[in-house]
Amino acid sequence: MGISTEAVQQLPSTGAEGPCFHCGLPVPEGSNYSAEINGIDRSMCCPGCEAVAQAIVAGGLNDYYKFRDTQNATGRELVPHFLDELKLYDNPKVQQSFVRHEEGEGDDVREASLIIEGIVCAACVWLNEHHIASMSGVLDMQINYSTHRARLRWDNSIVSLSDVLAAISRIGYLAHPYDPGRQQLLFEKQRKQSLRRLGLAGIFGMQVMMLAVALYFGQRSGMDAGIKNFFQWLSLLLTLPVLLYSAQPFFLGAWRDIKNLRMGMDVPVTLGIAAAFIASVIHSITGSGEIYFDSVVMFVFFLLVARHFEMAGRKRAAESSEALVRQMPAMATRLVNDREEVIPAVELGTGDHLLIRPGEHIPADGIVTKGRSSIDESLLTGESLPVSRSTGEQVIGGSINIESPFTMEVLHSGEDTRLSGILRLLDKAQAEKPRISLQADRIVSFFVGGVLLLATIVGIYWWVHEPAQWLAITIAVLVVTCPCALSLATPTAMTAATGNLTTLGLLTTRGHALETLVQATHVIFDKTGTLTRGILTLKDIRTYTDRTPDECLAMAAALENFSEHPLARAIIQYAGDIQPPVVSEVSNVPGSGLSGKLVSGKLDGDTLYIGSPKYILASTQHSLDGHELAHLGENGDTVVILASRQALLAAFILGDECRDDAAGVVASLQQAGKQVMLLTGDHPQAAQFVARQCGIEQVMSELSPQDKLQQVKRLQQQGAVVAMVGDGVNDAPVMAQAQVSIAMGGGTQLALTSGDMILLSEQLGHLPAGLEVARRTLSIIRQNLLWAIGYNVIALPVAAMGLLQPWMAALGMSFSSLFVVMNALRLTRMPARIPNRGPAQGGH
Amino acid sequence: MEIIYLLVPLALILVAAIVYGFLWAIRSGQFDDMEGPAHSILMDDDDRPTDAGTENQLNSQDNGD
Repeated sequence: MGISTEAVQQLPSTGAEGPCFHCGLPVPEGSNYSAEINGIDRSMCCPGCEAVAQAIVAGGLNDYYKFRDTQNATGRELVPHFLDELKLYDNPKVQQSFVRHEEGEGDDVREASLIIEGIVCAACVWLNEHHIASMSGVLDMQINYSTHRARLRWDNSIVSLSDVLAAISRIGYLAHPYDPGRQQLLFEKQRKQSLRRLGLAGIFGMQVMMLAVALYFGQRSGMDAGIKNFFQWLSLLLTLPVLLYSAQPFFLGAWRDIKNLRMGMDVPVTLGIAAAFIASVIHSITGSGEIYFDSVVMFVFFLLVARHFEMAGRKRAAESSEALVRQMPAMATRLVNDREEVIPAVELGTGDHLLIRPGEHIPADGIVTKGRSSIDESLLTGESLPVSRSTGEQVIGGSINIESPFTMEVLHSGEDTRLSGILRLLDKAQAEKPRISLQADRIVSFFVGGVLLLATIVGIYWWVHEPAQWLAITIAVLVVTCPCALSLATPTAMTAATGNLTTLGLLTTRGHALETLVQATHVIFDKTGTLTRGILTLKDIRTYTDRTPDECLAMAAALENFSEHPLARAIIQYAGDIQPPVVSEVSNVPGSGLSGKLVSGKLDGDTLYIGSPKYILASTQHSLDGHELAHLGENGDTVVILASRQALLAAFILGDECRDDAAGVVASLQQAGKQVMLLTGDHPQAAQFVARQCGIEQVMSELSPQDKLQQVKRLQQQGAVVAMVGDGVNDAPVMAQAQVSIAMGGGTQLALTSGDMILLSEQLGHLPAGLEVARRTLSIIRQNLLWAIGYNVIALPVAAMGLLQPWMAALGMSFSSLFVVMNALRLTRMPARIPNRGPAQGGH
Repeated sequence: MEIIYLLVPLALILVAAIVYGFLWAIRSGQFDDMEGPAHSILMDDDDRPTDAGTENQLNSQDNGD
């Protein structure tokens, strides 16, 4: 292990080319963030990662970098607004919903459940537990690696909850308190019950089998009648708990089926179990004939194993949707007669007036009553740039206030908000069964009817011809043909695949998604936010005087510091450590530009202007000639101009960058035989530019959402199966039209509703990997169905001819089911290949 | 073979003990996290500061910053 981790750490440690040592993102050129880890200076991509790495090192937790096997979430988003919000979690009223206080403990001892975001490997768990446990006042911190949930106990008189949350965010993770809802508790209860049933069936089953072996050999070599009878009664006794407790779900299922006049797999299972058990009891009493207790327990045990796996998979799927619930803040600041009071968001009602500070999540749908701000609605609408909202305009719960405080009136809260509606849709989608599974269910119900009929015929035949054998043979027929393998073939494979895909950050929300993804002939990409990052970056600086680009950048940054606009953010981020000159008398024309007086520097006293070409023309009468302007913006980029009263100083070209892995993904999709297309509403130059970079040949640009829809319909009429990868709100109808759609996780909630799959990781590279998993899943499902059907075709006649003892039938059936489950579980072991992750990390 | 009449009930008592242990394990959450402990054993706490001095330093790090 030591050697391989050393190898991993031999990443370039200085210079701008190497990736960030903490999160693995590329280090922007010209930035200068670093931290000393294990004695070596490592470069970092941003102040966030730098702060996180330094906090880890300062805490003496260097080991973390030795043991981690995946790179961290980037610290970029962690720094700003989140920390201010934490203080609110100390409010006792807010704490009501998620903090518990144990009776009999000190007055100040509190306990809360946290969800910790950003945990990717066991080292993260170690790091968090050690970092937090070493704080004074923290009594206990335990993290569940599988679910990313933590249980925190602390002494409220020594340390406050917000301090703990802040300490967690300082090492680069996000912790949210959460209320382990009723559904979660229910799942937990079900899981424990299922384990109990399974375990008891296993333990008692082993005892019964042991006795059965003794009886079997006793039959061969002679056995004392007393001991034989003793063993039989013992078997009966040991089977009882299995029958009465473990096998309960089958009985209940069968009863439900019969009541609804349906034929499910539980009916023959129950008949088989009941017939075998009753016959065995009778034979034990009379002391003559076979007993089948071993068959009964074995049957129950293996069936329960398969069901347990299935349930675990379902739970995993449900957890993923919980992530969205967190978009709603836990509390809100209500204004009553101009007095502020913090209340839990659940208590909000229509008509309440709320104060929303910058950096806060908006807790409900409503209307702005006072103030103006820009709001990040990217999660709900896919609009990557913040939108400006002023008095009278609507805001959506779950979006983030960026710029300045405002007050709002609540229109919808709680369950009525748009976000809640979206969540309900997602839940519904998850409850849906895949088409191939529905087909299998239909086959099963015919099959069960057939088996029951056949068993009756076989029973009557042998009753007439050989009365001594009829019961054994009928039981054998019922048991051996159990359609378990048939019913399990699909769901287990789907579950295993879903689990594997989720680790790739590819969430399956619709049952049919995997199937259709494999069948897709065309993959259509949207541009903004899908092939590109959807984040503006400064691409180029053109200067028009003798000032250097750095000087211009410094002046631009000085002005843009007064703006929250994303264009301004991009320029400031690029300027990095360059010391900006001091400016005064800054005035901001939102959406157009800024002006301000230089106080220091060479142009001291001069007024500077920065903004759109139009704004510059209006304020300084200077402009670039149209040809030059068109040239600068030819790739669909935005041009921002810096000017003084005397002259144009510089032009900044800002644009959206292609994702690093876009080209690779397009190539591997093409290799897999898919046609790749780009449909975008953007103008042709921008589309062509991106298409060229990614290697896409079929491009259509300047399409309205209707046009996109038409294009997809046209392709479908030609027989194409279309997979749509998108992000924006404009995509929602198109995504619904496409046979299968994949939404980028950071994208819109609306797109989520029509996205059959969600790429939570936002790494396009996971798409081909997901396709590969889907392809293998389908082939495993086919193998399973083939096996189940083939097995029955062979086993049924053999059993009907009376060649099988019930125990052989139970063994055969169990083996068949187990084969199917094991075959499906191969999917979970399939290595999740993640491209662009640096050197191979062998040894883990 | 009469010994079997003694041994089997003894075995049953053992089974009862195992069943009780199993039920206890489920109730007390031994099966809640099937992955974490397997990893956590690899990370020994050698480097964890144990003496009070470093611990205080650590805390001030947590509260300051």
